[in-house]
Amino acid sequence: MTEIFGVPLLALPSQLVLGLVNGSFYALLSLGLAIIFGMLNIINFAHGAFYMMGAFASWMLLTYFGVGYFGALLLAPLLVGTVGIVIERLLLQRLYRLDHLYGLLLTFGLALIIEGLFRDQFGVSGETYEVPEILTGAIDLGFMALPKYRVWVIGVSTLVCLATWLTIEKTRLGSYLRAATENPQLTQAFGVNVPLMIMVTYAFGVGLAALAGVMAAPIFQVSPLMGSNLIIVVFAVVVIGGMGSILGAIVTGLMLGLIEGLAKVFYPEGSATVVFVIMAIVLILRPAGLFGREK
Amino acid sequence: MSGVEYLRVTGLHAFYGESHILHGMDFSVNRGECVSLLGRNGAGRTTTLRAIMGLTSRRTGSVMVNGVETIRLPSHRIAQLGIGYCPEERGIYASLTCEENLLMPPTVASGGMTLDEIYTLFPNLKERRHSQGTRMSGGEQQMLAMARILRTGARLLLLDEISEGLAPVIVQRLAEVITLLKSQGYTILLVEQNFRFAAPLADRMVVVEHGRPCIEIAQHELSEKSETLHRLLGV
Repeated sequence: MTEIFGVPLLALPSQLVLGLVNGSFYALLSLGLAIIFGMLNIINFAHGAFYMMGAFASWMLLTYFGVGYFGALLLAPLLVGTVGIVIERLLLQRLYRLDHLYGLLLTFGLALIIEGLFRDQFGVSGETYEVPEILTGAIDLGFMALPKYRVWVIGVSTLVCLATWLTIEKTRLGSYLRAATENPQLTQAFGVNVPLMIMVTYAFGVGLAALAGVMAAPIFQVSPLMGSNLIIVVFAVVVIGGMGSILGAIVTGLMLGLIEGLAKVFYPEGSATVVFVIMAIVLILRPAGLFGREK
Repeated sequence: MSGVEYLRVTGLHAFYGESHILHGMDFSVNRGECVSLLGRNGAGRTTTLRAIMGLTSRRTGSVMVNGVETIRLPSHRIAQLGIGYCPEERGIYASLTCEENLLMPPTVASGGMTLDEIYTLFPNLKERRHSQGTRMSGGEQQMLAMARILRTGARLLLLDEISEGLAPVIVQRLAEVITLLKSQGYTILLVEQNFRFAAPLADRMVVVEHGRPCIEIAQHELSEKSETLHRLLGV
């Protein structure tokens, strides 16, 4: 068998694909965090909980209402986004003028409450969610078998991320969003309904997390803890990419997924910490993050 | 249609946090008129414009725009009544290009200038249209800040210190633009430190002191009251 640095070469492509799958989730989640931070000035610690809610929403839609995967892909982000709207209207909008710390504490508390409620209801063992039939099986590439569902996850996430980025950078709506992120008061004085935009932005960011949750459901266990397992890495991604940078969030997410995959092949013991090592290095060399602007 | 009040400010008090800045502003601007708010630094002229736009943390009294009471409206609703606001700090967005800055303010009424008309009026902006907003010179940024509210169809323009810190040739250009806008029937409220810039343009001048108006001078009274004016403004 061919080896590279004493590692069987066969493991490499499949770990890279797996890394990209994880990277897709990182990208979707950190993109949502970046948009929310830019617009609301809030570090949304509840993001992992919304991701978990997305996964549970698809499981519940199937179990209680017989709505399948593709229905859930659309419905779960809408449902969880609606929860986001309620939270924004009831709680977050009171915090915008305050220090980041208050938003962080509030959303952290919310995450604990939401996770607690789900643990109380469903326990911690987790539920299983099947890969939809059309996406089961693998494509044989000769040197490796490429599971269709992984290709699907990477493809959909990349498309959604790119579409979001293009909307923000190239459209009229996106120019409102950039303007409101930079100077909300003046933008509102030009006649843009900024409070509405803030609400929709939060719902959209939360919806992205839920979308990631739906796509994660067939890969991981649908469990109340799945969000908190992931969110710490996602925050590291955001820090590495640069707080509030849209492109930085997407690129860094995918890249770190890949690096984690590589680490699993070449130095498995380091795969869990490699992201944080990179974060430490980036913080030392470029405190604003790879794509962030120095203030 | 002159003689009809477009803007009427009555007993306007405004606050930033605990500080009470406006202590009962009273004045009006008629349709098609150019009124200038003059006064020393800190007299409350900029705050008056910000309060009209609903940008102060608290305000009481009455601000009627085109017959609509706006004191309880959020600022986007006030803008949608047909007001274009050009802030003192210019407020050019760094994350938008020159042209995106121009296109950003949403249309609030029909009849605004087209992009071509704006570029004819400000040829520099056409040359710089792909530049990042804050990479432009001060004069270009000021023209951009003026130009972008002409596209929206707003008929009442609130212009704050537009001549401040600019080269004389650009100040001259801005004066020509305002003269042109007046001839096209725009209603203009001009906040100025620079008396010599405002005096030839304004139909009436309101001198503000300690957050309230202290004297109002019409264009034809300018020569007879110039001594009072100079004493108040310290020019």
